[in-house]
Amino acid sequence: MSAMNEPRTIVIKPSTGWAALNLKDLWNYRELIYFFTWRDLKVRYKQTLLGASWAILQPVLTMVVFSIFFGGLAKVPSDGVPYPIFSYTALLPWTLFSKALQDASRSLVSSANIISKVYFPRLILPLSSTLAGLVDFLIAFAVLLLMMVFYGIKPTGNLWLLPLLVLLALITAIGVSLWLSALNVMYRDVGHMLPFLNQFWMYITPIAYSSSLVPEEWRFIYALNPLTGVVEGFRWALLGTGEGPGITLLISSCIAFLITISGLFYFRRMERKFADVV
Amino acid sequence: MSKIAIRVEDLGKKYNIGLPVVKYQTLRDKISESFKRREQVVDDYIWALKEVSFEVKEGQVLGIVGRNGAGKSTLLKILSRVTEPTEGLVEIRGRVGSLLEVGTGFHPELTGRENIFLNGAILGMRREEIQSKFDEIVDFAEVEKFIDTPVKRYSSGMYLRLAFAVAAHLEPEILVVDEVLAVGDAEFQRKCLGKMSDVAQQGRTVLFVSHNMSAVLRLTQETLVIDHGQLLLRAPTPEAVDFYLSTGLTQEGQKIWNEDEITTAAKPFQPIAIRVLDKQGVVSDTVRSVEPFVIEVEYELEKSVKGLRVGIYLMTTRGEYIFTSFDTDDISQYESHTVRPAGRYISRCEIPANLLNEGRYVIGMNASTYLIKRYFQDDQALLFNVDPAGAPGMQWVETRLGTVRPALKWNIEKNESGKLHHDKK
Repeated sequence: MSAMNEPRTIVIKPSTGWAALNLKDLWNYRELIYFFTWRDLKVRYKQTLLGASWAILQPVLTMVVFSIFFGGLAKVPSDGVPYPIFSYTALLPWTLFSKALQDASRSLVSSANIISKVYFPRLILPLSSTLAGLVDFLIAFAVLLLMMVFYGIKPTGNLWLLPLLVLLALITAIGVSLWLSALNVMYRDVGHMLPFLNQFWMYITPIAYSSSLVPEEWRFIYALNPLTGVVEGFRWALLGTGEGPGITLLISSCIAFLITISGLFYFRRMERKFADVV
Repeated sequence: MSKIAIRVEDLGKKYNIGLPVVKYQTLRDKISESFKRREQVVDDYIWALKEVSFEVKEGQVLGIVGRNGAGKSTLLKILSRVTEPTEGLVEIRGRVGSLLEVGTGFHPELTGRENIFLNGAILGMRREEIQSKFDEIVDFAEVEKFIDTPVKRYSSGMYLRLAFAVAAHLEPEILVVDEVLAVGDAEFQRKCLGKMSDVAQQGRTVLFVSHNMSAVLRLTQETLVIDHGQLLLRAPTPEAVDFYLSTGLTQEGQKIWNEDEITTAAKPFQPIAIRVLDKQGVVSDTVRSVEPFVIEVEYELEKSVKGLRVGIYLMTTRGEYIFTSFDTDDISQYESHTVRPAGRYISRCEIPANLLNEGRYVIGMNASTYLIKRYFQDDQALLFNVDPAGAPGMQWVETRLGTVRPALKWNIEKNESGKLHHDKK
């Protein structure tokens, strides 16, 4: 047997304090991320009548409701573009984010039976739940393209920003759900809080309205919500409304980064208790 | 010179709140607790494992025996890195595969094929590895025809076979087997044991945790005895099994189950006690071979249970089964007890006179609903002795071979003809 095939020695001992992130271990298990994501996708629309069209129906129906009540009745200004496309553009990254947040925050508890039996880096669970939302996002994105053709809106030359914005939405979702999923293992209150958090977060994000409605002096606090930067960026790149990426996006990115790094460390610290408590 | 595959040093695992599994709390509990704690300092914990040290050489097959709640599962969970130890150190050379995770992550909506890949990945196999073993796995599980059917349509036997097949093909350097042999039919168990000895013969290290003493004797050379989280003995298997079966088991003919021996999975079945009663109805650890005696199991049902059967196994101290019997074996009993309402029960079994030879016997207990659920099982619940006084053949002071000692009818007659008896016709 060559030295390459020598089995590696694993040392198991109690860890204390803040554990290192051990991203190498995560890399060794990268295939599992793929398999969990693939499983989530396969299973998600099993035994449903409408199947994958749910990925489209959710944002489209919300858009219809918004268009009737906010756009039609309340006459919320939409920066000069038709209200339906104005809100749908924002609903795309929002749906991606909120779905990822919901699934990932519950991922540990819903996989309790695996956690209590097999070792693998637990980070994989919230990660793959988040990634599974991307496919739905791409399907729903196709609808946006159709709508743009319908309204005769040409995309701006700033489309290059979209992948980065999607990444920012995902990172924010991962960061928050690292905190929430770990907390959910200890305190099931999180599960009850999630729908409320989701609703609240949607209102503080410029989805049904334009961020230009927010008074100047509140803009800084408003930008602390990473989704503000994402949604504004989406509208700017696709519809050409608002201003280009500036201070808002910078603040949003910093906050997302902070949440995620702190979430990673918190998650790693709590990880060792998961199997005993879940 | 073989190398050390596993080195365990002063290993300890502490669980808080005195329960093996600390249930999750809600914030409200946490807050109300933080008020309470001012009055009383809660320092309620148990050591599921304490100061356990041992080494396993590469290629060795080591048995681990211990009563329910002795700490075996905790040890295995630490070795397979599911949970962290509280103190101590473990060094493991190579990948640990365990058969305590059979079917982990199986998704009912996915097909057999898809589950093989998913489960394989969860157990740590690479995709090419699964691909190359795929046919072998399907073959072993005997599910070719249903490989593209969702596993929720599988029978429990098929499901189990498939799950075991994936785990068995992991080919880890170290294999951990826990009680898996208790499930499945006899044919399947035979297959599992076969797979295990294959693994052992390939020079891999195997840790075999079981309540089945005859399997431990057959498959292992050395065995650890664990009790109350501590390593009591490490010895050649026959010696260890004898030690295990003869210590802590002689409880004057009665065994009362402690709370920590009863898993939460047992609910709504709560075992209370099992005892041996002699002919006079007195609890005793010794009964006479020539007199009938009674084995009774006392238990409580928190809810009514459908199709419950409570039974006993009788075994020799070498772990060979003598018989298995359930309280609803009799068809009329079976029909009159289809549903047992909540309440406290005693299932009583009369063992006829002139059945058992002198010696020591182990009673195991099982409460289950056929093919649905095993509520509780204690394979070594109680030990008792059989006294041969007055039994047939006692005029000769010798040990009779065999586990049964029936009073058989013999007839001695003289063959007057001098020819072979049966040639006459």
